[in-house]
Order: sequence, then structure tokens, then C-alpha cells
Amino acid sequence: MATISTNPADQAAGTADAPRKAKRRTPGAPKAGRQLHAGPFTYIVLIVFTAVSLFPLIWTAIAASRTNSRLAQTPPPFWFGSNLFSNLQTAWTEANLSTALLNTAIVAGSITIGTVLFSTIAGFAFAKLQFKMKNFLLMLTIGTMMVPPQLSVVPLFLWIADLDWTNHLQAVILPTFVSAFGVFFMRQYLSQALPTEIIEAARVDGASSLRIVWHVVFPAARPAMAVLGMLTFVAAWNDFFWPIIALTQENPTVQVALTSLGRGYIPDESVIMAGALLGTLPLLLVFVIFGKQIVGGIMQGAVKG
Amino acid sequence: MASEISDMTAVTAPPSEGGAAPRGGSGRPRDARDERRGRWRSRRYRWDVKAMPYAFVSPFFLFFAAFGLFPLIYTGWSSFYRVELTNLDAREFVGFHNYTRLLEDEFFWNALKNTFTIGVISTVPQLLIALGLAHLLNYKLRGSTFFRVAMLTPYATSVAAATLVFTLMFGTDYGMINWALEHLGFSHHIDWRAGTWSSQIAVSSIVIWRWTGYNTLIYLAAMQAVPHDLYESAALDGASRWQQFRHVTIPMLRPTILFTIVVSTIGATQLFGEPFLFGGPGGEKGGSSHQFQTLGLYLYEQGWTNYHLGRASAIAWAMFLLLLLIAAANGLVARWLRKNHEG
Repeated sequence: MATISTNPADQAAGTADAPRKAKRRTPGAPKAGRQLHAGPFTYIVLIVFTAVSLFPLIWTAIAASRTNSRLAQTPPPFWFGSNLFSNLQTAWTEANLSTALLNTAIVAGSITIGTVLFSTIAGFAFAKLQFKMKNFLLMLTIGTMMVPPQLSVVPLFLWIADLDWTNHLQAVILPTFVSAFGVFFMRQYLSQALPTEIIEAARVDGASSLRIVWHVVFPAARPAMAVLGMLTFVAAWNDFFWPIIALTQENPTVQVALTSLGRGYIPDESVIMAGALLGTLPLLLVFVIFGKQIVGGIMQGAVKG
Repeated sequence: MASEISDMTAVTAPPSEGGAAPRGGSGRPRDARDERRGRWRSRRYRWDVKAMPYAFVSPFFLFFAAFGLFPLIYTGWSSFYRVELTNLDAREFVGFHNYTRLLEDEFFWNALKNTFTIGVISTVPQLLIALGLAHLLNYKLRGSTFFRVAMLTPYATSVAAATLVFTLMFGTDYGMINWALEHLGFSHHIDWRAGTWSSQIAVSSIVIWRWTGYNTLIYLAAMQAVPHDLYESAALDGASRWQQFRHVTIPMLRPTILFTIVVSTIGATQLFGEPFLFGGPGGEKGGSSHQFQTLGLYLYEQGWTNYHLGRASAIAWAMFLLLLLIAAANGLVARWLRKNHEG
């Protein structure tokens, strides 16, 4: 526990490079962070904000377990009713959520694999290999992080209309298949976590670049790949702007299906809440299992970015 | 970033089985084969060292060129044309008309103003709260992991799900927020969606809810990197906890704060999902009198409700120019701060 609270980076970076991390900090700063004990006031404020963070989610479940007419009364319900399963069932069939969940799993899964794989090899090249135009290409990568997605929406739309890709999943997978942030993130990680000597030693032994990637880079990058994968999966699952343009109700992602719920497709509030619950539940499960790692990953990215 | 590592214990790579890569030319006389193999190997080695880096970065750049750079240029190009969604093949060159039209377009200015005000009332409280929470989380705490994960859960909630719940909670007659306000003594039920300020506050509250925890973690990470002795010497000088926060923590966090301001500003400029869904059916209008229509919504309305793709392209480029302006302003501020504090 002590290492977790003082050194968030190691949470995600794993134990393998913990000694090195500790070493890196030594010049000038024997101990970073501050460890004053929290008073009761701190706990009260934190508990209040935790409640604010969790309440809308809990209330989604409460509203989903009630009837529409109960939601049109005051005071609003604060405990669960008995209609959860019928509402879930209605949302499941009416909003095409079975298709939506499957589609979103395919989309988010593919984007995660593509982003993590291509970011790792590109990040490795930027961190450890020498080639012409390296700095220019790296600056270009960082520059692309500034470009808002809205800027490419019109041509992408014309393009997929041309290719008859409207309503096909590749229309939402391919445009976000790689990520400049991911490349930068992996570059930052690998330039520290991967000793150049190991690569040189492997080269002396006659290993090709591909072998080095497979046997040296991937094992060293695994913790960062996991973090990037989770961040990418969350972002892809929740992506909104482009999917609602590229897809329709015939073949929706979860966000597209929820949009149709919210825009009057179904006038029943408790069913809308049941749909919101179903669409969020898979990610909440990911959070319950990997929450600590995701927290560590965001904090690690913050220090290095 | 220059801290190249000399200690080899850090990462233990699996031993590579020396030179087990596929080789050509088996079954020829031994010495000739060795010589040829040697030449082939060195050529392959040179090729490998020279070309493979490009192979490694090329997937990213190929996708970026196809889905990032090409559309960017194409958007700029089509912003000079009249392109209607109803008839995509009939383009008509109109020069700067889409842009000049934008300058005289009251809805564009309205959207720009709304984007700005919503941006301010969502970003400022969000970052201030995050800073305070990070400070509290930096104390030695029981259950610190729980607090961190719990505060990050809104980040895992999609825009759509969050907005649907908040829309219900902001309901005029039966919404929980009006109910709570009634108990605090406000008997008049607010029609959140109808008013300019009320609707913008409601939309901002969704943004604040989703992103405060994320920024808290970023600040917390930066706080944990502040050297311990700075606090010790401040305490020795008799600085109170508040003074330590004010004079040690905040200055040390300046780069991180600038970073979060940039990221939040970029997000605010592109705000779309929250107002879109908060508006219900026809949400791209941003309310009956466009009172919470952002630039993102206006782009969508022009392109996919009114079918003017050329105008939508011009709005997209205007948004991009706005971002570049903000980035430039931020760079200037950062430079000015550095000069003032170090020079």
C-alpha cells in the first residue's frame, strides 16, 4: 500500500522496473510527495464528492427499476423498485441493444488492438531507432493530437457514402484505428523502460528488428500496453460524434442506440434509464476489475506527458 | 527524457537465440556458402536497420494520412464549394462565400458565444474542484484507492448515458434537482432547458461531473512528484498548510495546470454530445432559441439537418483556427510565466 500511495507510476508500470524508478528520482529529491495524515474534514469532503460521483450511476439503476409513472411523481424514488428486469427487457429489444452491444464490443476491441499494436511499434521506433526525418515525423505526430475530429467529418462522411460503408462497422473502426496520443504515450514509456543496451546486444546476436520487437519490446512494453489498451477501450466504447453520423438504428453502437432512446424513440423514462444502464454496465465491470490500473495509467501518463 | 538507463536489472529480456533468423542457401559448397551467407547477412542487416524503422511507423502514418490528413485538406477544399447532402456530385465553387457568410451569420456568433460561456462555466469550476480534491487525496488516507477509482467512474460513463440521467434529474416538474431546490426554499420550479443560463449550467454540470475526477488524478500525480523537502523547509519557516499549498504546491503544479487548461479548452471547443442529447429531439438546434447551441451542434445542424456540407466544412475550419489561436495564446502565456518566474 505504501508504494502505491507514494508512487502511482509503479502501479501501472509493474514491479519489474520499480527499482529503476526509485533510482531515477534520487537526484535532488530523496522523497517526493507529502504524507501528512488526513483529518476528519478531509474524509468528509472526499466522501461527499465520492457520493456525487457515484450517485447518478446508482440513481440510473434505481430509475431503471421503477415504472414510468412513478418517475412522474415527487418525491423522486430513492430506493429500488421491482420493474428492473421488465425494463431491461424492453430496452434490450426496443433499442436494438443486443446488436448495439455486440457491435460496440467489436468496434472497441478492434480499435484497441490496432491502436496498441501500431502505437507500440511506432513508439519503439521513435524511442530507440535512428532514421531520417525522425524528429519531423514525431513533431507531426504530436501536432495531429491538436486536430479536432470535427475537421474530418465532412470528407469522411462523403467517403463512406461513396464506398457504401454507411451502417458498416468499418466506417467507425478505421478512422480511429491508430492514435497519435498512443504513439506518443508508448514512445515516452519505452524511451525510459527499455534499455538501449538490450537492443544492441540482441543486434549483435543477429536478431532482426522484428525479432527484437517480438522478444524484447513487447515484453518490456506490456504494462504500458495494458494501460493504453484500457484507455483506448473506454474512449472507443464511449465515442459519440462520428458514430452517430456514420451509423443508424439499423446497425448501431451502444451510443447510437442510447441517442435514439434519448431523442424520443421510446417515451418511457424508466426504459431509457434501463438502456443507459445496459450500455454503461460493461464498462463499469471493466472499471471494477481494472480500476486501480486505469487510475495508475492516467496518473503515469500525466507525469510523463 | 534524457535519462537513458544504464542498469540492466530493470528489464530482463528473454535471451535471443543468436542469429536464428531464416537464412538462405543450404546445400552449396561450404566456404562459398559461408561467404555468400555472410554477405547476404550484412546486406540484410543494413536493410533491416535502415528500412524497418519506417515499417514500424508506417501503419500509423498510413492511417493518419488516409483518415486524418486527407480529410483535413479536403475539408478546407470543400469549404470553398457549395456542396449539398441531397446532391453530392453537384459542387459549385463559391470562393470565400461560406466563410463571409459565416461572419454575417448570427447563429454562428451565437454558437461561438455559447461555446465560450459553456466552456468557462464548465472548465473553471471543474479544474478548481479537481485541484482541491487532489490536495485532499494527497494526504495519507485510508481507502485512497477506493476514492480514486470512485471519482474516476464518471469518466467511464458515456456522454450518452450521463446526459440521459442528468436530463431526467434536471426535469422541470419531477426532476430531482428541482425537488431538492424546493426543499432548500426555492418554490419556483426552474425550466432548466428553457433559459439561457439555466440550460448552459445544466449542460456544464454534465461536463463537470464527467471530467473532474480525471483532472483530479492528473493533479494528484503532479503533486506527488513535488519534492518532499520543499514542504519541510516551508514548514520550518512557519508556513501554514494553506500557505504551503499556495506557495509550494501551486507554483510547482504550474505546467500541469497549463496542460489541463489546454486539454479542457480543446474539449470545450468541441463540445457536442452533452448539449445534443440534453436538447432531446432536434437537439442539434441547442434549444428552442438556440440558447445552448455550441459550434459542434451548429456544424451538425448545417451539415446533417440542413444538408449544407460546404458550410459545415467552413465551420469546422473556423473551429480549428480557434483552437490554433487558443494554443498560440497558451504558448505565449506559458512563455510569459516562465520569464517572470525564472528570468
